[in-house]
Amino acid sequence: MSAKDRSKEGSMKAITANRLRDGEVVFLGEGGRWVESFAEAALFQRAEADAVLADAKAKAEREQFGVDIYAFEVVEQDGVPVPATMRERIRTAGPTVRLDLGKQAA
Amino acid sequence: MNHIAPGARAGIYHYDEIDRQFVAERVEQFRKQVDRRLSGELTEEEFKPIRLMNGLYLQLHAYMLRIAVPYGVMSATQLRKLAAIGRKYDRGYGHFTTRQNLQYNWIKLEDTPAILHELAEVDMHALQTSGNCVRNVTTDPFVGAARDEVVDGRVYAEILRQWTTMHPEFTYLPRKFKIAISGAESDRAAVRIHDVGLLARRNDKGEAGFSFYVGGGLGRSPFVGKLVREWVAQEDFVAYLEAILRVYNQYGRRDNIYKARIKILVHELGLEKFTQEVEEEFARLRGPKYRLDPEIVESIRQHFAPPPFEELPDHSEVLERAKATDPAFANWLAVNVAEHKAPGYAIATISLKPAGGIPGDATCDQMDLVADLAERHSFGELRVTHVQNLVLAHVKKDELYDLWKQLDAAELGSANAGLIGDIIACPGLDYCALANARSIPLAQAISARFADPVRQRTIGELGIKISGCINACGHHHVGAIGILGVDKKGTEYYQITVGGDPTLTTAIGDILGPAVTETEAVDAIEAIVDVYLANRADGSERFIDTLKRVGHAPFKERIYAAD
Repeated sequence: MSAKDRSKEGSMKAITANRLRDGEVVFLGEGGRWVESFAEAALFQRAEADAVLADAKAKAEREQFGVDIYAFEVVEQDGVPVPATMRERIRTAGPTVRLDLGKQAA
Repeated sequence: MNHIAPGARAGIYHYDEIDRQFVAERVEQFRKQVDRRLSGELTEEEFKPIRLMNGLYLQLHAYMLRIAVPYGVMSATQLRKLAAIGRKYDRGYGHFTTRQNLQYNWIKLEDTPAILHELAEVDMHALQTSGNCVRNVTTDPFVGAARDEVVDGRVYAEILRQWTTMHPEFTYLPRKFKIAISGAESDRAAVRIHDVGLLARRNDKGEAGFSFYVGGGLGRSPFVGKLVREWVAQEDFVAYLEAILRVYNQYGRRDNIYKARIKILVHELGLEKFTQEVEEEFARLRGPKYRLDPEIVESIRQHFAPPPFEELPDHSEVLERAKATDPAFANWLAVNVAEHKAPGYAIATISLKPAGGIPGDATCDQMDLVADLAERHSFGELRVTHVQNLVLAHVKKDELYDLWKQLDAAELGSANAGLIGDIIACPGLDYCALANARSIPLAQAISARFADPVRQRTIGELGIKISGCINACGHHHVGAIGILGVDKKGTEYYQITVGGDPTLTTAIGDILGPAVTETEAVDAIEAIVDVYLANRADGSERFIDTLKRVGHAPFKERIYAAD
């Protein structure tokens, strides 16, 4: 199921971290790999998110890949899954005051 | 510092071999710690306090590295290095902070040892910019140049730098500890919002010393620092401060982060009991070991010897002619330039607050330009202010017009120092992991609304300060108009306070009413200004004086009348 389809079910979560080496914001994608773009992030039902998060934390620490790993709420807006809070929207895009910086600049 | 030629330079503290070796060793130590973290030998839990001790935070988008600018004074060479690092390792800019430091926002952990190594080449580092230690000591940005100076604050700030670095008792304090020193009669360092604030004063015999204020601070529990001792001799400066820190270390709470600052200790113990404890400790400490050796003080003072000022008439014909022919320059001169103690010289504030700009941000090109201008016009030295501007402290009046033209061409010539466009804003939710709301967009919208320099001068002295959360890095509590960003069910709201004051008459602002939305906030600020202008007693009564006289009612009525 794609991220778009799954977010329609409501109360979805995505999992994020900062990459240890460079601090880049990353998201847990399909198959447990970390991706840089929120569009490629896997979405999880609230009930399953806790277990996935625990696994992701353990794996990231074991592999020295990511830090500050947590889950955040995702909602659907105009048919597209978007982070529910301004904080996470800014993390997925970049500073609202510098559109030339962050992921939005890519 | 061997790369700064002696002679026609202003005073910068030159590291000796001990300083240089210490910083170099810390860089190598951190390099190994980063390697151990990347290899998995250190966990994040183990590594986090180590990286924080080296100024490295993890923020929203990346790591943030905070570089110490001791007491806000640096050389042109050092600023050029900051520009070079910003280009090489960051995104071509830096952010000057209210602690007179500089932050990069897009740093990679794996690059940090190399950055610290490059900083060490120009006697800079990121020590004491984070963690529960004595942070970078701040002082008057006009130090060594102001006409009302009693004591050179740099000398004592440097003594504190040397005294606190690696001092075992101050490495694990209950919480961070901020000290500000003002060596002048005016307070341009906001000393009473610091854990310890020092104001230079003369006693009845005319001897210079310091008044000690303790327990000031902003954050979720704002307090104005209380006078603990009216006058401490310069020779007892370290002993008295150490007595305060010992009392704090002994009684300060470590069980609750929100109650760990010294302001809470002073509040809970009471001023009388706290003072008694400090005085008893001071009596034990006072003596030869803790007395500042005049020779050491003098040797440090020599580092800050005045630059070789020329003997000039105070009046400058060149300046007067430029003033008469260029109104924009005349406006900048009136707003951003202060009197200097040496005849024929002036102190120029470089605003990092262009209308609609990001307060405190400077591109690396701008940093290079300011470094060049510092070389050309101010003996190779500059200062960072706690209101996120830069200062060239020793500019010949004859050269002010040339200086301003070059600044203006680089969007550094705004005439708004101390006016409504000179907004302090923390990075807020655009960058900061702790923030609840954005600060910068609101600062941009307000400064754009009040962009007209004539209107700004008509309004006069009025400081707006914006924080994106209750930690108050934007000093909103002491803004004549303060703005605190809050999150209400996912929407950013802004709580407005009025009547704050960071000067000698320090005051914490009062909340005016319910928080407003971002769009409403700009209109609300304009409404406050309109009410002020309609009510001020004459053309020059300051905003905070009008507010004291007429009270909050007319302001509330205008903003909340429709509710």
